[in-house]
Amino acid sequence: MIPLSHYLTLGAILFGLSIAGIILNRKNIIIILMSIELMLLAVNMNFVAFSYFLNDTAGQVFVFFILTVAAAEAAIGLAILVVLFRNRGSINVDDLNELQG
Amino acid sequence: MDFKLFVFWLFALILIGAAVGVITTRNPVQAALFLVLAFFNSAIIWMLMEAEFLSITLVLVYVGAVMVLFLFVVMMLDINLLPQREGFTKYLPWGGLVGAAIVVQMIILIRVKWGSTEDYPAPVPKEAGYSNTEELGLAIYTDYLFQFEVAAMILLVAIIAAIALTMRRRPDTKYQTPGEQVQVKKEDRLRVVSMEAEK
Repeated sequence: MIPLSHYLTLGAILFGLSIAGIILNRKNIIIILMSIELMLLAVNMNFVAFSYFLNDTAGQVFVFFILTVAAAEAAIGLAILVVLFRNRGSINVDDLNELQG
Repeated sequence: MDFKLFVFWLFALILIGAAVGVITTRNPVQAALFLVLAFFNSAIIWMLMEAEFLSITLVLVYVGAVMVLFLFVVMMLDINLLPQREGFTKYLPWGGLVGAAIVVQMIILIRVKWGSTEDYPAPVPKEAGYSNTEELGLAIYTDYLFQFEVAAMILLVAIIAAIALTMRRRPDTKYQTPGEQVQVKKEDRLRVVSMEAEK
């Protein structure tokens, strides 16, 4: 049998890797978006594991909704990326200083 | 070591390797393909947890739609214009430190709180006629119906937002305006000239 802690540890490692990915690739919006997808996957892993071990369907329903929101987020993020590239000719994070924040 | 544990270790290691590939590779297309590999492997691990519907959904929706969208965008943009990993080695100690700290803390917490197999024993496998999809559908369409409709609204808003963001009208392109075409009058097109008859 596979204990619960194996699944949770796998989710934790994936989450840490995606946070490291956001920090390492802070010039590259595409990789940052992919790291966010990986982070959502790590969270979903925990939800499915608890749903399995507590014998409760609610966790899987929650994963279903997270998948929906992640798809919407990816679509809008990539649309913003395309518009950004069309207007600025670059997707470098350092070039995005229009708001002067 | 039983077979399920072997399958778990195999695909978990491939999954972690693919995640490392996503964040370290130089080429965004390769990163997207590594992410596809990661999704496939986690689908298999979800299958081990008897979440069949979600693992198939992960492959169909994520690999089939979202990752293809990512690949479209990556290939549409000019890859040569992407910044070539400037600052990667500069941020490597910080990124590694933060990531490792989070992982170590979470693993300590997991060992302390969920480490014992007595509290969470392995669930009994479901019988052969059990349908995970049916169970999930029953939950979604009864207890979570309102949330399901909200999810539908979120998708609708996402569609509208994505189209509204990326649609553009080029000023130099010529369009037909059917409204004006329908309302045109005889005087707009026809000019009656009175002149002497030619001999």
